[in-house]
Amino acid sequence: MIEILSTGAANSVQDLGRFGYLDAGVGRSGAMDGLALEIGNRMLGNTPETAGIEVTLFPFRLRFETATMFAVTGADCPVRLNDRPLPPWWAMRAAAGDVLQLGLPRSGARAMVCIAGGLDMPPVLGSRATDLKSGWGGFEGRGLQRGDRLALGRSTSSGLADLPAGFGIDPTEIRRSAAETGPEGETTVRVLPSAEFADFTDEARNALFASAWQLTNDANRQGFRLQGPHLALSKKLELFSHGIMPGTVQVPPSGQPIIQLAEANTCGGYPKIANVIEADLWRLAQVPVGRAIRFVEIDRPAAIAALRRQRAMIDDIAALAALARKDVKHPEKSGTAE
Amino acid sequence: MEGAGALLLDCAGQTFDDDAQALIWAVAAALRAHAGVLETVPGMNNLMIVFDPLRLAPEALEQAILHCWRTVVADAISGRTIDVPVTYGGAKGEDLAGFAAAKGMSVEALVAAHVAPLYSVAAVGAMPGFVYLSGLDPRLAMPRRANPRMKVEEGSVIIGGAQAGIMPLTAPSGWHILGHTDFSLFDPMKDQPAAFRPGDRIRFTVREIVA
Repeated sequence: MIEILSTGAANSVQDLGRFGYLDAGVGRSGAMDGLALEIGNRMLGNTPETAGIEVTLFPFRLRFETATMFAVTGADCPVRLNDRPLPPWWAMRAAAGDVLQLGLPRSGARAMVCIAGGLDMPPVLGSRATDLKSGWGGFEGRGLQRGDRLALGRSTSSGLADLPAGFGIDPTEIRRSAAETGPEGETTVRVLPSAEFADFTDEARNALFASAWQLTNDANRQGFRLQGPHLALSKKLELFSHGIMPGTVQVPPSGQPIIQLAEANTCGGYPKIANVIEADLWRLAQVPVGRAIRFVEIDRPAAIAALRRQRAMIDDIAALAALARKDVKHPEKSGTAE
Repeated sequence: MEGAGALLLDCAGQTFDDDAQALIWAVAAALRAHAGVLETVPGMNNLMIVFDPLRLAPEALEQAILHCWRTVVADAISGRTIDVPVTYGGAKGEDLAGFAAAKGMSVEALVAAHVAPLYSVAAVGAMPGFVYLSGLDPRLAMPRRANPRMKVEEGSVIIGGAQAGIMPLTAPSGWHILGHTDFSLFDPMKDQPAAFRPGDRIRFTVREIVA
């Protein structure tokens, strides 16, 4: 068990999302920064889709009621186990009674707390992700509250008995892996043009890539509203409702784009100008309100290559983490660790 | 293209086409058996296909979609017909009188026009279990409210534009509320969580008209 000592209601149990029910109107949900969740899980020897806690509101504190391994990934926030400060993207063992604390991020916006064996609650439609909009999944279908006690699953890893200080991953490597270099203090994400891209004016299409788009206060798990130049259509469009994905950039009549994210509706009707590629969705999760986002156009082979590189990076990290945990008896023979 | 792993097939013309929609359902069913296809999402005269681009090249999927579109035969009689009893008007149907007045109809004539058609579930989506219904009497088409309500109650029987619908859960909506049903549209604890599937038909019945 873990007990939540302080939290905000936007912090919730999340896994990699709910798959297979889009045609019933059930959205993905899952961690906004799926990369941080997956790496945190692989550091601990968990399966990638194991549920952890997405922390958006700080400070966040929990108490371990039993000894367990844990990892904190995602936003660069000050992390303490009792009074001891931990480096970013760190995995180690907590003793029963230890208190884990996450402070306000120095950079980024969302941290993931992963625990060996994961959070154990009955899956809803095949996932432990909280669907905050619909009010089910995760812990009682809601955000976490002080005093909540969450059950833990059984860990299959042998643990960190020989590595009392734990181990970590250099997050600059991860950030570099996806980043197109852009101006300092801005987040650059790669996009593919979407179905109605050609229906926007030349000015709008130029402005999409030339402008810095400010993230407004209207930023949550459903989507981000951005502020910047007015994006106009060259002719009026009436679209029938159609499927949309996390990463879809819609332009409603206001001319200000909305990026649909983890808890997006499964269908929408606004014209779509672009789609943020899957490999860069995690970067959006780390954009704080007020920061600027830039879009860079790439093509489909580049988007697939980015996804392939990301999978390879996660596999490499998993292999190294298994060595650190000494889970693997003969890594030199098996080639891959997990 | 909706990212590297989703394609949108759009065959929409100026007005909604029931025959094209039946073909969309059939193409969706055929594509679900294709290796690398993860999910299919029928919309209104369009279809989104979600796939793993590391297993299935988008170009190969495009060929498969075109092949399906040309060869698949729509099965017109696959759906079920289900009655949905509605209490029209009253506190849970607050737009009924105003809607009738705006159309120059009596409340009784409005209700009669709403229950007359056999509606077709064209698509399920937007929110869990929400049904997009085709078949609305064109006289009852009404643009959405300029200011959406922040809360429209679960079970609300609604009209937005040329579409009819039912709210599966309490959520914001700009559609007009004619009445209310106790029929449950969504249960996340069921393997088939949505009560209706595309191709099903709905017949609204009058339980009561509350003045």
